[in-house]
Amino acid sequence: MIFLPPRWNIKRGLNGDFVFKGMTVLFAFSILGILLLMTVAMYRQSLPSLAKTGWSFITAKEWDPVEGNFGALPYIHGSLLSSLLSLALATPLSIATALFITEVTNRRLGSMIAALVELLAAIPSVIYGLWGILVMAPWLQRTVEPFLNDHFGSLPFFSGAPYGVSMLAAVLILMIMIVPIITSITKEVLLAVPDSQREAAIALGATRWEMIRMAVLPYGRSGILGAVILGLGRAIGETMAVTMVIGNTPKISWSLLDPGYTMPSVIANEFAEASSDLHAAALMEIGLILLVITLVINIMARLLLWSVTRTAGGKA
Amino acid sequence: MSEVTMDAKITLEQLNVHFGTNHAVKDVTMTMATNSVSAIIGPSGCGKSTVLRSINRMHDLTPSARVSGAILLDGENIYCKECDPVTMRRRVGMVFQKPNPFPAMSIYDNVVAGYKLNGRARRSEMDGIVEQSLQRVSLWDEVKDRLHVNAMQLSGGQQQRLCIARTIAVCPEVILMDEPCSALDPISTLKVEELIDELKEKYTIVIVTHNMQQAARVSDTTAFFYLGELIEMGDTKKIFTNPEKKQTEDYITGRFG
Ligand SMILES: Nc1ncnc2c1ncn2[C@@H]1O[C@H](COP(=O)(O)OP(=O)(O)OP(=O)(O)O)[C@@H](O)[C@H]1O
Ligand SMILES: [Mg+2]
Repeated sequence: MIFLPPRWNIKRGLNGDFVFKGMTVLFAFSILGILLLMTVAMYRQSLPSLAKTGWSFITAKEWDPVEGNFGALPYIHGSLLSSLLSLALATPLSIATALFITEVTNRRLGSMIAALVELLAAIPSVIYGLWGILVMAPWLQRTVEPFLNDHFGSLPFFSGAPYGVSMLAAVLILMIMIVPIITSITKEVLLAVPDSQREAAIALGATRWEMIRMAVLPYGRSGILGAVILGLGRAIGETMAVTMVIGNTPKISWSLLDPGYTMPSVIANEFAEASSDLHAAALMEIGLILLVITLVINIMARLLLWSVTRTAGGKA
Repeated sequence: MSEVTMDAKITLEQLNVHFGTNHAVKDVTMTMATNSVSAIIGPSGCGKSTVLRSINRMHDLTPSARVSGAILLDGENIYCKECDPVTMRRRVGMVFQKPNPFPAMSIYDNVVAGYKLNGRARRSEMDGIVEQSLQRVSLWDEVKDRLHVNAMQLSGGQQQRLCIARTIAVCPEVILMDEPCSALDPISTLKVEELIDELKEKYTIVIVTHNMQQAARVSDTTAFFYLGELIEMGDTKKIFTNPEKKQTEDYITGRFG
């Protein structure tokens, strides 16, 4: 008699579990493989630029393809400024919305609002861009920017002429685009807070707001941080809408009223008509930097979110 | 209106609780005396927790719950329209079945979590409160050298005693306990029972338990519930040796439930 392990049971053929597991492992690794191949390809394509400019690529301010000067600092500056500022605006708004959905309204209204918020995330970014350039930018130019300039013009952040298309427009568009993602993940994190935590606070004589501050937010803090970082990743990578409203001027300015430029925007704008191999390589190198930044941000966010769902599952 | 004896701390008058169409607590009228331990026993699902949670208006958080009747705390109905449940809950603390310390806080911060809600929180005062409260639950010696480590590093039994310390740190008058020992080992259980015995000098305690011996050991009066109704309430010794109702006798002798 030959004993076969159940996996090789002739009658049942290959164990379904085994096949399934094999396939999922295969897919998981092929995704990793694609990522790796992409990184390597981008690295190789950007080698000419890496060799020629070295570290000065990320510290030089001059970007002039005709003269062969490639300094990416204006784009890095524009990307970081626009995404961090939009994050600073979107975070409180998103947390407040998520708290409203989970802690304040009843379930019916809450899920309606949640669905609406998620709908915002489904709007293609070119539509945001169109709205931004046709509606928001003119409004900024006519009302908001003159107001800011009149009252706070002495600050470096609000100096200069109102153009409409500006860093401010990009920040606001990005804020609107990342609020849905931060809100919906924060909502899930808050829903994972066990009721026993809320009850503990209430039983100590906490009001609803005190309960949120004492039990709900601290319990979900690393998950909320994960949501915020995920929003940052989204903001840094956003291309279309930002390209349409930011003005695309490679100049380092701290004024929100001035136009700016971001890493994804310059790639989108210049790649099709790269004037030389070095120009193409320089754009590739910007892409490489962007890829690394977004990968790091996303991995950080996932790790944080993973730690939350793991503890919530383990302790609840 | 039922008669209110002089030292009645809590009086339930025709308390009814509905969850949607489920009539979970039916017409319950009972009294708990000041500085006594009252045990609530009965088979699973008979409404013990529901009765207990109505004493500090915990059902306010459950949209489907409807409470009617009255609960008098020192003669005043806590369900009256003008009553503020938040200030009432500072007088009526609660300890839950599963230890639920705040996981993002240290041991120290857990103890003063409720105290800090009063707004004025001076460091020196808080130090005293932390030591006193932890002393009372005999946790002080075990944790005094690591007050600022995360509360989740404590064992389950220690966490439960921490939760009791957190509750007494706000100086309530009443402590409600819903099966406080069901997640604990026998030694921790013993510690909590000893603690209950000490606490009743200062507090009025209502405890829900599945453990008949525990009810017999710690309580002065015992109430037996069945299917949402109060079947019998009286002196613990009497309930366990000479109950009036057949159902009570069957339950405590283990013939049903
Ligand atoms: N939040 C709730 N929503 C709906 N129904 C509830 C809720 N809490 C309790 N009930 C119902 O009320 C009844 C009494 O439940 P309760 O939790 O008071 O029982 P119990 O005596 O504490 O049981 P156990 O000993 O198992 O804890 C049950 O029928 C239960 O289904
Ligand atoms: Mg119960």
